[in-house]
Amino acid sequence: METGRHEISLTINGKTELLNVWPWVTMLDLLRGPLRLTGTKKGCDHGQCGACTVLIDGKRVNSCLTLAVMKNGSTLITIEGVATEGALHPLQRAFIDFDALQCGYCTPGQICSALGMLGERPALDAESIRELMSGNLCRCGAYDQIVTAIMSVANADAVAVEPHASL
Amino acid sequence: MHRFELVRATTVAEAVAELVREPNARIVAGGTNLVDLMKYHVMTPKRVIDITQLPLKTLHESVGGGISIGALVTNADVASSAIVQLKYPLLASAILAGASGQLRNAATTGGNLLQRTRCSYFYNTRTPCNKREPGTGCPAIEGPNRQHAILGTSEQCIATHPSDMCVALSALDAAVRVVGPHGERLIAIADFHRLPGASPERDTTLAHDEVVVAVELPPARDTMHSYLKIRDRLSFAFALVSVAAAIGVTDGFISSAAVAVGGVAHKPWRVTEAEALLIDRPPEAALFVECAKRILQGAVGRQYNAFKIELAERAIARALTQAVNGTPQSQSVKHVR
Repeated sequence: METGRHEISLTINGKTELLNVWPWVTMLDLLRGPLRLTGTKKGCDHGQCGACTVLIDGKRVNSCLTLAVMKNGSTLITIEGVATEGALHPLQRAFIDFDALQCGYCTPGQICSALGMLGERPALDAESIRELMSGNLCRCGAYDQIVTAIMSVANADAVAVEPHASL
Repeated sequence: MHRFELVRATTVAEAVAELVREPNARIVAGGTNLVDLMKYHVMTPKRVIDITQLPLKTLHESVGGGISIGALVTNADVASSAIVQLKYPLLASAILAGASGQLRNAATTGGNLLQRTRCSYFYNTRTPCNKREPGTGCPAIEGPNRQHAILGTSEQCIATHPSDMCVALSALDAAVRVVGPHGERLIAIADFHRLPGASPERDTTLAHDEVVVAVELPPARDTMHSYLKIRDRLSFAFALVSVAAAIGVTDGFISSAAVAVGGVAHKPWRVTEAEALLIDRPPEAALFVECAKRILQGAVGRQYNAFKIELAERAIARALTQAVNGTPQSQSVKHVR
């Protein structure tokens, strides 16, 4: 039986980390604390707002409800890993172009969630996007622009969205 | 969160043994409910048993012609499974009506069955709650009880079961396969969740030392369906009332009917006598209203939830109409037709 701290290995944005974690540490607190990846935000800390959304093994999840110790061996993408070699991901570009944010606090979660969603389902219309993005709240109320930004990427032919289509 | 030990079970037998060893142990899989409850100090297990390494991640056709859904198959994977979409669209629809994309990616089939009520008194450790702390009382009975039950309540508890998936499983006559220290047993979904009675701390008939390993569905019947969920906002909210309707019509007459209602009781609510009213009669609105009224028979409304009685009656009639019209409720386009 294993008790106390657990050694885990996580590959975060392409970099493998060996970590010693207590069982009660959430992935969100691990990212924002010891790993200093503060792009992922803590909003409600109860899975209701989506600000903490990251991709674990390609799937969007609420990192606040994920015990880090249970994800040994997983691969994560956080907002810090969405852009590649200095080039913004098309979703990031679209959020800027379509003014899909005001204060920006929910934006990392919105973008990670949208990235995961685009891998889950093809051919998205505005109503489906609204429904499938309902786990991400925006207190500034930029929903219309967020939907427009995501649609612009979903419908762009030549855009290479991360192939998270494992569902 | 409180301090706890985490152990990783590598076999079902090991998970059962851990439960036997520690009365204050809890299983964790997706974590979407337990981690949240631990953050609120509603549940404070000494030991948490991680079962995510167990081989319970497949969804496959079973020998009898139905399907078997492993306890660790995520809600998202059940809903997007080709066989579920083809043969059990009611289940796919109900799952997509619940939670958010992120939660459905993490939440598992077993965890959905075992999720706890969302009663605000249960969640708030500063208030009494007979479910959280037996014998302390139920402030919901006289307090804000908009979300609470209208059927099958007791003087101890008026909490509802929050699941959408389980409402569909009820209409589909699912069974829950569990393993304990003395072997395996199959529990009909109707017997899995229980009414609060004098022991509201028990949500289900699962023993402490038993582990859910699968949900079994009988062979799909040739039915039309609709899952209609009514809530305070259009998405990502628990049901005020939800209805899973499955109905078969042969030569203009109803040949089979199953109607389960969510958001109204401590478990998905089914009344077989009400379903029997439909058999061998032509599908029409007045008949559906008659059926709905029979389902709601005995309902007790309280200060803030009495509206649920009429809401449920209308939702049941509407869901049955949607089903026989072949226009099941869309879970992305929310207009109710």
